[in-house]
Amino acid sequence: MRLIDYANPTRFLGLVGVSLKWIAAATAIAFAVGLWLVFMVAPADYQQGETVKIMYIHVPCAWLSMFCYVTMAGSALGTLVWRHPLADVSAKCAAPIGAAFTFLALVTGSLWGKPMWGTWWVWDARLTSVLVLFIMYLGLIALTETIEDPIRAARAGAVLTLVGVVNIPIIKFSVDWWNTLHQPSSVFRMGGSTVDASMLVPLLVMAGAFTGLFVTLHLAAMRNEILRRRIRAMRLVEASRAE
Amino acid sequence: MTMLGPHAGFIFASYGIVVAVIAGLVLWVTLDGRGRRRELADLEARGIRRRSESGGASR
Repeated sequence: MRLIDYANPTRFLGLVGVSLKWIAAATAIAFAVGLWLVFMVAPADYQQGETVKIMYIHVPCAWLSMFCYVTMAGSALGTLVWRHPLADVSAKCAAPIGAAFTFLALVTGSLWGKPMWGTWWVWDARLTSVLVLFIMYLGLIALTETIEDPIRAARAGAVLTLVGVVNIPIIKFSVDWWNTLHQPSSVFRMGGSTVDASMLVPLLVMAGAFTGLFVTLHLAAMRNEILRRRIRAMRLVEASRAE
Repeated sequence: MTMLGPHAGFIFASYGIVVAVIAGLVLWVTLDGRGRRRELADLEARGIRRRSESGGASR
């Protein structure tokens, strides 16, 4: 079966119906294993002590805040270039989830920063660019909810999403380009990770669990949005009958 | 508290907020899905079909 075959919403709903519970179950198992590794196996950091446990939720949330936006940018291309019927559904449903993960990255970062840096917030390049990402998510949600016609809303949202994608490399490389209080990349970097395996493994398991959660929520939200559009179409039929 | 060191409050607050927001997302998706399925079933019970399902013509 080709990718384009999944452009049929009915086929997509069937696929989601079969796969969603398995993805949700795998996510739950990954969280159970990840939390066990974090609280029972992973050592305290030699400088930060147990406060390093915030890393295991902060870093996956920060990764997902960007991953979610890249997913939306891919969907925006699908909307504008290929006019894939599920692309704008995907973008619309990813936005609130991405906003939630960005909010969590900001809040957990602040809660980690206060005991380690001595401050809740600094206007450095990494923190500010992530705050901009959060505001962009809110703007995109507001834009797509404000325009009533789904096709116009999707196109306007897609254009804004693609304009905003420039912020993603800025977030990623901000710690290299500017002098920031935020530490440089320590997992995905040239020359390999600087994090010890005893901490890296729990971090990657938690990242996998959070990614599974994103996929589960995204697919479920897409299913809901397809049903919402069917209901809208049926209401239009009902209204035309009544005339 | 002491097991997690002097900054245990920050750790608990971080995990607590993450759990609360994730629970909110799961609840939103679940309740929204339940509501939409109920609405769809109600419309179908009243014999309303989309144009694509009723051969392109509204009945």
